[in-house]
Amino acid sequence: MDSAPTFALEARGLCKTFVRGRWWHNRLRHCALENVNLALQQRTTLALVGKSGCGKTALAMCLVGLEQPDRGEIVLNGQSLQTLNRPSAIAARKEVQLVFQDSGSALNPRMSAMQIVEEPLVLCGKYSRKQRWDLAAAMMERVGISPKWSHRQPSEFSGGQKQRLAIARALVLQPKVLIMDEIFVGLDRSIQNQIANLLMELQQSHGLSYLCISHNLGLVSQFADRVAVMDKGRIVDETSSSDFSARAQGDSATVSTPCQQGPSALGTSAGA
Amino acid sequence: MLSFVFLQLAPGDFFDEMRLNPQISPEAVARLHREYGLDKPLPVRYFSWLKSAASGDWGTSFAYNAPVAPLIWSRARNTLLLTGLSMLLCWMIALPIGVFSAGERHRWIDHGCSFLTSFLLVTPDLLLALGLLWIALRTHWFPAGGMFSLKSAHAGSVAQCRDLAFHLIAPVAVLVLGGLPVLLRHIRAAMTDALQTPYIRAARSHGIPYSRLLFRHALPAASAPLVSLFGYSLGSLLSTSLLIEVVMNWPGLGPLLLEAILARDVYTVIGTVMFSALFLAGGMFVADVLLFATDPRIRTKDIG
Repeated sequence: MDSAPTFALEARGLCKTFVRGRWWHNRLRHCALENVNLALQQRTTLALVGKSGCGKTALAMCLVGLEQPDRGEIVLNGQSLQTLNRPSAIAARKEVQLVFQDSGSALNPRMSAMQIVEEPLVLCGKYSRKQRWDLAAAMMERVGISPKWSHRQPSEFSGGQKQRLAIARALVLQPKVLIMDEIFVGLDRSIQNQIANLLMELQQSHGLSYLCISHNLGLVSQFADRVAVMDKGRIVDETSSSDFSARAQGDSATVSTPCQQGPSALGTSAGA
Repeated sequence: MLSFVFLQLAPGDFFDEMRLNPQISPEAVARLHREYGLDKPLPVRYFSWLKSAASGDWGTSFAYNAPVAPLIWSRARNTLLLTGLSMLLCWMIALPIGVFSAGERHRWIDHGCSFLTSFLLVTPDLLLALGLLWIALRTHWFPAGGMFSLKSAHAGSVAQCRDLAFHLIAPVAVLVLGGLPVLLRHIRAAMTDALQTPYIRAARSHGIPYSRLLFRHALPAASAPLVSLFGYSLGSLLSTSLLIEVVMNWPGLGPLLLEAILARDVYTVIGTVMFSALFLAGGMFVADVLLFATDPRIRTKDIG
């Protein structure tokens, strides 16, 4: 048997059920993740596609620690997070950062751009004020935001600029893995391409691994190395992006609800 | 203006009791009416009072036969001491409890706070006051009413301060217990809304510690309604304690206003109402200034 490649991030047998309501009334159980196995190789991009409500965001939440899985294991650079004590697990979690879909809402409206980007460095506790400023300014410039705008509030930036700011904040801690949850939604095509190009440059320069959650199959096929298809809380297929593009039907290249697209991309992938 | 009009429209005046006294002649009563301007038409009286109030003369109290402004101010100081201290304690207690209660939603601390606030909300302030007076009389742990004891009149300043502090225990406790549930619930509600915002979730995902998340991110986000509430609390410092002052015999604006209303001492009533209204307007202004200072979004324009 060949030795397994080194993975930046792995999910092994993840299960997560959300329970809503009180114990005496209206207790609803929704199984968001069911035995999810996912492996993200070093310095690659894995796209995660699926219908709305299939569990993509729930998986992202579990991977960054915003939700605790009921069962399963998350392995980061070969080390299981479940075996670490709390301080070590918190430190390890910083290696995985998440960029949310709606960056405008994900940025604190009361903080300036510089405060938003440098805050993760404040928490490290090992940088002086000047060092934090320099690192944050360098990262802002790297993502295409001028440090001269560091005093501005998020409301003073455009949608694309807010997305860049969110990426800068995520990258300032120099993580190994970046999870992007629908970051291209709401941006026009040219801005999407700019963000995609930026991410590819950063991947080359910083050796990052990406898990990209998206509905946009066209962009994903250009941007990702591999594509995983998710359905009803399970990974039903994983293949290279070229194979996936060849199997996907139509020029719309957008995953939608089955009633609109019929047994096309997802049904074919699931059966493959 | 409305206060002036409604008070004047009420039947009778301060000198009605004098008319019942056979030793005072009707001519003397009529002379007093002319002296205090009560024989003039209502609009003339109002504008005359308005003109003198604008120059700092708020009229003369019929009951005390003294200028109204210094009389009100001497009582207002006592009220402000009581309510200012109560408000400070209220906020100091409610803020951390409300913040942590919102962060520990649906856990025991939250349920405990909800139960306590519900109990205090349904308990009238009068009942709280009477309960504390009963405790004071039974246990003698603290004085049952008043501001100073007789024996402290000739004591040194330290002894007088100590005596004042003991006399403050009961009324401050009533005001704090009465104001705490409303404040606690407002803080909890504002914090709950703030904790559910996307940027708080994003901050959690970046590994920001829980305490920093609560106080550095969520509390500033929740501060807008709380600053307005603080301004309103500031503005209502003179009016919240009226009933408690009367029950606990605290020499503040409450007893003064009650006596003035019962005695138809119109200028004292008008002066007290106006002073309270000015204080309320000042409190709202302070709230607006604080809001401008604490929320950077108000100071910047959205470029879209």
